[in-house]
Amino acid sequence: MPDPILSVRKAVKTYGAFHALNDVDLDIREGEFLTLLGPSGSGKTTLLSVIAGFTPLTSGSVHARGGDISRLPPEKRGFAMVFQGYALFPTMTVAENVAYPLRVRQWKRQDISDRVAECLDLVQMAQFADRMPSQLSGGQQQRIALARSLSFKPDILLLDEPLSALDKKLRADLQWELKALHDRLGVTFVYVTHDQEEALSMSDRIVILNDGQIQQQGAPDDLYNWPRTEFVASFLGKSNFINSVVLKGADGTLKAQAGGHEFPIEDHNGTAVSGETCLALRPERIRLGAPGAEMFEGRVRQISYLGERCQVLVDHAEFGEILVSHPTWHVDIRPEPHLNVSFGWERGACVPLLSA
Amino acid sequence: MNEKLHYWMLALPALAVMIVFYIWPVLNIWGISVTEPSTGLDNYTRMFDSNAVRVSFVLTFRIAAVTTIMCLLLGYVLAYTISNFATRVTPLMLGLVLLPFWVSVLVRSFAWIVLLGRSGLVNDALIDTGLITSPIRIMHNELGVLIAMVHVMLPFAVLPMLTNMRGIDDSYVKAARGLGASEWRAFREVYFPQTLPGVFSGGLLVFVLSLGFYITPALLGGGRVMMISEYITYQIQEFLNWGLGAALSVALLVATALVLLVAGRFVNLRKTFLERG
Ligand SMILES: Nc1ncnc2c1ncn2[C@@H]1O[C@H](COP(=O)(O)OP(=O)(O)OP(=O)(O)O)[C@@H](O)[C@H]1O
Ligand SMILES: [Mg+2]
Repeated sequence: MPDPILSVRKAVKTYGAFHALNDVDLDIREGEFLTLLGPSGSGKTTLLSVIAGFTPLTSGSVHARGGDISRLPPEKRGFAMVFQGYALFPTMTVAENVAYPLRVRQWKRQDISDRVAECLDLVQMAQFADRMPSQLSGGQQQRIALARSLSFKPDILLLDEPLSALDKKLRADLQWELKALHDRLGVTFVYVTHDQEEALSMSDRIVILNDGQIQQQGAPDDLYNWPRTEFVASFLGKSNFINSVVLKGADGTLKAQAGGHEFPIEDHNGTAVSGETCLALRPERIRLGAPGAEMFEGRVRQISYLGERCQVLVDHAEFGEILVSHPTWHVDIRPEPHLNVSFGWERGACVPLLSA
Repeated sequence: MNEKLHYWMLALPALAVMIVFYIWPVLNIWGISVTEPSTGLDNYTRMFDSNAVRVSFVLTFRIAAVTTIMCLLLGYVLAYTISNFATRVTPLMLGLVLLPFWVSVLVRSFAWIVLLGRSGLVNDALIDTGLITSPIRIMHNELGVLIAMVHVMLPFAVLPMLTNMRGIDDSYVKAARGLGASEWRAFREVYFPQTLPGVFSGGLLVFVLSLGFYITPALLGGGRVMMISEYITYQIQEFLNWGLGAALSVALLVATALVLLVAGRFVNLRKTFLERG
């Protein structure tokens, strides 16, 4: 792995006795789209603000390629931050806003106006150059905030829930645009959100935060398929949880016993230990069949139709309620309430979790 | 009955009081200024020719201007501190700003006399510490008037600025710094321009109030610093010169109106006088 463009080491931030960040270690790679994902109050903004230099750490450090930057003021770090409320300067026009970081850096007049035009083009806002920020819609303001942050070619762009104030449709459009912008410019993005779909669809890598600690980090599909903890499994998508006993075979293969059956499991994270273990199971990985066709027997309690798929709640004597996401185009079985069904899954569908 | 009539009925008592006790007397003063002692514009020609009147007007505008500038300088720092450094003492500071509103101007002015007099606290303290040997004059002159005026007017400058500053999110300055501006530059180019409406409001309020202010200049000036309100009182009480007194009042009214008219081009007057927080 190449040198990280930025590293956070053993970062702790306390407010009184409260730990907003608790021993966070994070490496950011050059050019990646990194997302900080977590529930409200998990410390996402705090971490971003520590990287930007607005919040001093209680202990720990932040390193860039040049060395320790923990004590450097924000203006010397060369990162740009896009705020949730955009923070466009209300006393300046759109063009002056975009020119601001260049003016601060004492660029030449002509270079500034060229670059401003270029950046406004980039976000398709060229015709709004002379407006005041208050005359723009939320989505337009967001684009200007982006243009302003990108104009001085920062090493890292920090974005704190930049789309959360926009309506759903506009959000989806801007997600595509942001992603395209990232791919085109090759700037490192550190993106904060509490929306798991946004995180999954945009990121190269996701870092999941909870209570000021990193729960797990990895590529979106990695995190989705191989959650390490119950928190990650339930925060990123939906999961069923099954109590089982894991047995390690002499050849290293793993088996789990649950519901009176024994089935093989895979240990992608290397966290499984013998003994009582909770397994996470994604609803869409479960197959439904006629009674007797699959390993476990159950009875349909409730169905909710969602178009391409339907959510089926199946009661099982030992597991309790199992949520199945069943394709509606499936012709072999059409679940309906009170129908007896059987269900099962492929090897690898059950993920052993770290015991709490 | 239509709704408009309702509103008028509600406003009627206050309106009646205004007309009987304010508008009517003011109109009378206009009348007196052109009828006493003889009909015509004599009072106005006398006023424009009088050196003493000119001196008093210049003095009034100078004191009002200096008071305004001092209040804005002191008030800006105070408002900035209160709104940007939230600590446990913030409510206390706010309380101290508002406190003078509950103490009569008369009491506060007398308090300054106690402090600034020949054998007042300030002089005593300076003599005791050996910094001076005989009392210095800090009262019954322009300096004394200014000190007390700044004190009396300060809350009027602070409150509009405070309201304005509290509405400015700290993300603007953060954004500016993130974009490369130093702390000072971010303040100067991003924060300060946003506080200008508050500065103008506070300044205008202090200036207009100072122009017609009576009690404090009269007490602290001791008859030696004759601002226009005191000059008017003097003409009427000492010389029973109603005509000239009335003409001077009209002049002050017109001057104040002119100030507001000019200011109205830069400041939202409605906001300044009606929506103070
Ligand atoms: N200045 C402060 N003083 C005291 N506590 C603070 C301060 N700033 C943040 N906190 C606390 O630190 C925790 C983390 O805050 P942070 O803003 O990082 O959360 P977040 O993950 O960004 O949440 P959200 O999704 O709601 O924005 C919160 O519990 C918050 O109350
Ligand atoms: Mg936040």
